[in-house]
Amino acid sequence: MTEVVDTPTAFGRPIRRKEDAKLLHGRTNWTDNIQLPGTLHMAMVRSPMAHARIAKVDVTAALARPGVIAAYSAADLGELNSGVPCVWPVSGDDTVMPPFPALATDKVRHVGDVVAVVLATSAAAAEDAIESVDVEYEALPAVVGMLDALSPGSALVHDQATNNTCYVYDLGGGYDEAAAKADVIVKRRFVNQRLIPSFMEPRAVVAAPMGMSDEMTIWTSTQIPHVLRVLLTLVTGIPEQNLRVVAPDVGGGFGGKLQIYREEILALQLARKLGRPVKWTETRSENMVATHHGRDQIQDIELAATKDGTFLGLKVTLLANMGAYLGIITPGTPLLGMFMFPGIYKMDAYQFRCTGVFTNTTQTDAYRGAGRPEATFAIERIVDELAAELGIEPMELRRRNWITHEEFPYTTVAGLTYDTGNYEAATAKALDMFGYDELRAEQKRRREAGDPVQLGIGISTFTEMCGLAPSRTLGALKYAAGGWEHCTIRLLPTGKAELVTGTSPHGQGHETAWSQIASSIIGIPVEDIDVVHGDTGRAPYGMDTYGSRSLAVGGQAIKKAADRLVENARLIAAHQLECAPEDLEFVEGTFKVKGDPEKATPIQAVAWAAFSAHNLPDGVEPMISGAATVDPEDFSYPHGTHLAAMEVDTETGKVRLRKYVCVDDVGIQVNPMIVEGQVHGGVAQGVGQALYEGAEYDPDGNLLTASLADYLIPSAADLPTFETGTTVTPSTTHSLGTKGVGEAGAIASTPAIINGIVDALRPLGVTDVLMPASPQNVWRAIQAAKGGAA
Amino acid sequence: MIPAAFDYVRPSTVDEAVAALVAGGEDAKVLGGGQSLMPVLRLRMGAPSVLVDCSRIDELKGISDAGGAIVIGAGVTHDDVEKSALVREHVALLAKVTATVADRQIRHRGTLGGALAHADPAGDQPGTALALGATFTIAGPAGRRTVPASEFFVDYFTTAVGPDEVLVSVSFPKHAGWGAHYERFNRTAQAWAIVGAAATVRMDGGTIAEARVALTNMGPSPVRATTVEAALVGVSTLAGIAAAAAHAADGTRPTGDIHADPEYREHLARVLTRRAVAAAAGI
Ligand SMILES: Cc1cc2nc3c(=O)[nH]c(=O)nc-3n(C[C@H](O)[C@H](O)[C@H](O)COP(=O)(O)OP(=O)(O)OC[C@H]3O[C@@H](n4cnc5c(N)ncnc54)[C@H](O)[C@@H]3O)c2cc1C
Repeated sequence: MTEVVDTPTAFGRPIRRKEDAKLLHGRTNWTDNIQLPGTLHMAMVRSPMAHARIAKVDVTAALARPGVIAAYSAADLGELNSGVPCVWPVSGDDTVMPPFPALATDKVRHVGDVVAVVLATSAAAAEDAIESVDVEYEALPAVVGMLDALSPGSALVHDQATNNTCYVYDLGGGYDEAAAKADVIVKRRFVNQRLIPSFMEPRAVVAAPMGMSDEMTIWTSTQIPHVLRVLLTLVTGIPEQNLRVVAPDVGGGFGGKLQIYREEILALQLARKLGRPVKWTETRSENMVATHHGRDQIQDIELAATKDGTFLGLKVTLLANMGAYLGIITPGTPLLGMFMFPGIYKMDAYQFRCTGVFTNTTQTDAYRGAGRPEATFAIERIVDELAAELGIEPMELRRRNWITHEEFPYTTVAGLTYDTGNYEAATAKALDMFGYDELRAEQKRRREAGDPVQLGIGISTFTEMCGLAPSRTLGALKYAAGGWEHCTIRLLPTGKAELVTGTSPHGQGHETAWSQIASSIIGIPVEDIDVVHGDTGRAPYGMDTYGSRSLAVGGQAIKKAADRLVENARLIAAHQLECAPEDLEFVEGTFKVKGDPEKATPIQAVAWAAFSAHNLPDGVEPMISGAATVDPEDFSYPHGTHLAAMEVDTETGKVRLRKYVCVDDVGIQVNPMIVEGQVHGGVAQGVGQALYEGAEYDPDGNLLTASLADYLIPSAADLPTFETGTTVTPSTTHSLGTKGVGEAGAIASTPAIINGIVDALRPLGVTDVLMPASPQNVWRAIQAAKGGAA
Repeated sequence: MIPAAFDYVRPSTVDEAVAALVAGGEDAKVLGGGQSLMPVLRLRMGAPSVLVDCSRIDELKGISDAGGAIVIGAGVTHDDVEKSALVREHVALLAKVTATVADRQIRHRGTLGGALAHADPAGDQPGTALALGATFTIAGPAGRRTVPASEFFVDYFTTAVGPDEVLVSVSFPKHAGWGAHYERFNRTAQAWAIVGAAATVRMDGGTIAEARVALTNMGPSPVRATTVEAALVGVSTLAGIAAAAAHAADGTRPTGDIHADPEYREHLARVLTRRAVAAAAGI
């Protein structure tokens, strides 16, 4: 439950989100709602084959269909067929970076790859006409699983390479020496399955030439309008100053809209070529095959320990599925988890290797947590396995190895310095809320009674890294851009304010939270502040929203900009009150002369004075604003303890999440209600990975989970009420003491659920269940364990 | 997700509907609540030339007591079936099964006739119609005919209803006083059944006197578990029910998909049948 805190300013209060009235009343400006005169609707001709040589693409018949204005194959498009760029080549020259043309040229490489595009005067006419595009394919063997892709003699996804390896990346070392001292080594292979980021609003784009000017505007359902502008400029050659990117209301992203998509490139190129607006909205079926996927790792994990449970070393060997092409940060995504495998634990050695693998599947890329959920899953699962091996209670084993609160700041074996944390406090609170001891007692009773419904308790004590990212660190990791964030706050003549942010919200509640931060500093009410975002024409500088960075990085820019604004206002206020600036104190929006409380002026009056400019101090310019661009000093490290009570019907394999308790420490909270909402949504998504979701391909590379009837997403009806709590350990590397909360729930919950199921079934001999832990997968695990025991 | 173009007619009588189907030829299709047909059209898995919308034909709308049976018009929505006092009293199993179909919105649009004519192997109601011995009234160019449930369901998505015919009503023999229960096995609340077991029993004291058992998604068309039904007569213990339910998968031909392979479906059929019968019998 949200704890109600009485604070002197709006900062820290669980106030309702400003943006919700608009969302709930349907007054939103989705990209698909944009209607421009003369619009051409674009439809994609997508490959039904996973791997084939393109023998022929002929659009002649499609051009003859009613309403069709243009149609193109790759050959027809020629130079306009720009490629999708990858900005994170991880290991430099060694990484295989195959071309990713907007329209496939020689081969198709996954079901849903695009071979031609049709433009018509209505969406229906465009969809009718794609059936008339004549494409001949010569089928090639599909490369589907990563293990097959790496086996000698496998077909090649990209002809120019000699095998299907994209890159090999190493970190750390010294595991063998650590393992030599170990009493016990547990080894497991975990499969972190492929997921499809299923945001509510499908992708949509409108690109249009603006009147007689050279300007092109593109409205797109994206998380990254600023990054996209730079990339679209680079790939299309449209001068940056003539390109405006707008992210209107965006209905969710989860990383799936942290991308530059071929459909965006095509819409822009074709709008420019044809001189007319071009619009495309993906269908849900297209979304399943054409929006990038997430996760998809095979993880070989080894944990070496002494018999009293002290961790000595961790070895992580990953295969990471790239899919057929490299999107914006496809190779880098698994490496975002590279630093997180040791989690909250102390150990002497850590050795990491990741091999990126090409397959004939949809490209992978960032999905809520991006690398950290995979890492957290592996460490939290293997710790439970070690606990079982040693016969040590799993929470006790964690206690023996975690960094204690006195030890911060702590530099981990992976090389990160965690600034603060208090795992003991979060865990104590969670255990208490959960009723841990009673549930363990019930578990014992059910075991002894041989109850067909067994109870398991799943633990996940996680940390993660938020606030992407110090620009220097990104440079060292060979990422092309920086990780700073910008804010400008402009005081308007009537005492209201515009807060221009470089973050780009798509459901998170930035408009409310950013207003709360600014209000608490500049002293004007939350409702008098308008947050301007997601439009390179109105908010020119920014690095956008992903990686739980918006508050952690963008919040610092807001604070600095607001502080600067107050300092600028102070000069004018002092002049008005006929005192020195340093004689003023600024309390809840009013400048007061110290020791003479009668002499005071509200900041709104100062705003008017700055506007009228009749009487400004010498050297002070009219109007008041504050701007700041902040590069974060370090990452931030939220943590928490998540506990799940899982009931498993051993007869059918069906599991029920009976109770879920989590205590998250996200540092200082700007709006506890938004924090709670983020945790809820994240936990639901993490439970989705554990129990329901999973993209599956058949051996020919057809996506079997190609609709929401087969790719199952939990709804409220499938989940209990999560019981959330928080502890507050402020970050010391972030000026607001905040850490970030956008991904925490999704990172923490998946291993809690699976640990709970395995805990329920361990007496039957089960040591792992495949995700999603569908009834069939659980039942099969039970059958296999029974067979093994017999 | 945009259907190919089609013509649309909305007759107000069954005769007009049949005439429109005849005029439309092979590619004409009846539109009921549209909850199965429209997704097919949107995905362009079908492209009928004309849709004959039967949603405004009064004759397809009512639920009536015909003495020994309850007659339900093909156009009655799932929601109306589920809430009907007549159905609840005399065909309790149908009411229970119908309440599990999809979600509330879909139950307000989808119809019993549409669900039975569509004959999706994963559909919840066809098995119950089969097990309860329903009879189907079908209207065509040559007039009306009645077809027993045992001859109605032919194969995957295939029934005795011809392309120029309209399903008018379904008659369910009364089973007043019978206990009823549906065990529906799915992964998320709104998902289709992986397997379902529907059971209704007439008790004589603490003993099962008669039983009807239907299985959902255990083959190309609905299954009536007659071996189980026979074995249940005279049973009064859980062990007896379990022994009878062990035959639930006998003779079935379930498919495999990403949610369940045939072996697992057979296992589920046995477990769910046992649970459904036990709940229906109150044992
Ligand atoms: C998201 C979703 C989830 C669903 N989940 C379930 C579920 O869990 N369980 C379940 O059982 N069903 C489920 N359904 C299907 C639902 O029950 C439909 O209502 C039903 O299958 C079809 O009924 P309808 O009236 O909508 O028929 P329509 O979609 O209109 O028609 C279906 C077929 O029947 C034919 N037809 C319809 N009426 C007649 C008639 N009177 N005479 C001759 N032919 C006719 C049509 O020509 C068509 O071929 C789901 C549907 C959706 C969209």
